Amino acid sequence: MSQRLPLRLARDATFRAVATLSAVVALLLLAWILWTLVSRGASSLSTALLVTDTLPPGRGGGLRNAIIGSLIQVGMAVIIATPIGVLAGIFLAELGDRSLLGRVVRFINDVLLSAPSILIGLFVYQILVRPFGGFSGIAGAIALGIIILPVVVRATEDMLRLVPSALREAAFALGAPHWHVVANVTLRGARAGIVTGILLAIARAAGETAPLLFTSLGSLNWSVNLTKPMSSLPVTIYQYAGSPFDEWVGIAWAGALLITLGVLFLNIVSRLLLTLGRGK
Amino acid sequence: MNDISTSGLIAADRKVDVDAIDAGIKILVENLDFFYSGKQALFDINMAFPEKRVTAMIGPSGCGKSTFLRVINRMFDLYPGQKATGRVVMDNQNIVEPQVRAAVVRSRIGMVFQKPTPFPMSIHDNIAYGIKLNERVSRAEINERIEWALTKAALWGEVKDRLHTSAIGLSGGQQQRLCIARTIAVKPEVVLLDEPTSALDPISTAKIEELINELRSEFTIIIVTHNMQQAARVSDKAAFFLLGRLVEFDQTARIFTNPREKSTQDYITGRFG
Repeated sequence: MSQRLPLRLARDATFRAVATLSAVVALLLLAWILWTLVSRGASSLSTALLVTDTLPPGRGGGLRNAIIGSLIQVGMAVIIATPIGVLAGIFLAELGDRSLLGRVVRFINDVLLSAPSILIGLFVYQILVRPFGGFSGIAGAIALGIIILPVVVRATEDMLRLVPSALREAAFALGAPHWHVVANVTLRGARAGIVTGILLAIARAAGETAPLLFTSLGSLNWSVNLTKPMSSLPVTIYQYAGSPFDEWVGIAWAGALLITLGVLFLNIVSRLLLTLGRGK
Repeated sequence: MNDISTSGLIAADRKVDVDAIDAGIKILVENLDFFYSGKQALFDINMAFPEKRVTAMIGPSGCGKSTFLRVINRMFDLYPGQKATGRVVMDNQNIVEPQVRAAVVRSRIGMVFQKPTPFPMSIHDNIAYGIKLNERVSRAEINERIEWALTKAALWGEVKDRLHTSAIGLSGGQQQRLCIARTIAVKPEVVLLDEPTSALDPISTAKIEELINELRSEFTIIIVTHNMQQAARVSDKAAFFLLGRLVEFDQTARIFTNPREKSTQDYITGRFG
């Protein structure tokens, strides 16, 4: 038996203790955030919150226009970004893997992935809001789309790479042309993972405030007109939480709780999808 | 001292009435060299695969036998930097020439891989995939062909009641038979088997070997295997590869009982590899 064994055992114990402690600290922080959200937001959570629009201080009001505005802008963002993102991901994984274009696109995508979201808001402000003379829902949707895009590209590329090359070769071995292999075999194998990536991108976009401040601006009125300023949950929370009115602050907490529940829901769905995708 | 006599006998017994020499030539390989991004992996291969016979390719890992299969059906085309020179002639056409369309070659020369590769779709769709790719046929004809292929692959009885369930739910052995069914459903002339049983249990292996015996009357079969007994059991002719070169190619019975080359003898008696 080695003399160094006791030392190794001690190291092992220390490592385990530190790792466990870190996990507990991280979980505690999360639990704390959630607890604060629930305890402050739950009291303002009511059906009135969902069916009434934002109103001037002192008159109650809810978040209906903000919720619908968020749904519209995030929905539009997904519709714009998903096809582009999935196709670009296919290009990176299957076609332009080592080409110059492929490497450039992958690099730019990585940069975009970590770009501060306020920068994206400013960019859309410069190219859409200023030239076309006003804040608009569509500008907000495009800004959110730019947030979603790199996540979808990355998820698609990574998931396609996870498909075993034997599966790809098996389809080629039957005489299939390249596009057919990608569309019918590889993409199918990667489907669950790609959808998960899209859902997580949606979850991220749903909570973004900065890109909307310069684009859809926010609105206290009911509006589904994409060419006019549009309300959204994060921007409303931002405006309400900093206000001096207790009522507004309460609504802001309730809104934050709503977003969190939505994101939680998306996460659970994506988990389920991944498990189902593996199981079948 | 060695066991070649026993394994050889099995082959010799079964092949009394099989004369591989009388068979026509399906694929003729002449002066074939192959390169992985500049590094040569096959050296001047010359051999003729007999039609509607089973040819086994044996040799230690890395000897080039799987590479050779991937040349025959142009699988190497998928990877830039891989290059074949020389001639692989089927029906008077050199199929390794870039002008010959790889997809056409692959629909005539099917391939089954080491690990089962069911597509993530139903059993029915797995087989329909290849058929629809290569032919314009009615739904009824497709169903007929699926039944034919699954019956040929000895899988019909086990899956006929769940054709529309996912193929991923099948056992490993069933998946591999599904892959064979999928390959023959396209009606190829040649079927390449790349270690088709190395990931399977003995019972599934026995079923696949039986299947190979069934298929030999309709297809030209080339099988790569690490299992000497399997080569002896299923093949009519056997080729021994070493370090990218074809060392010996002869009737299986002869390779396993009385090989010409010392390295062949050393390999089949388990002295290396």
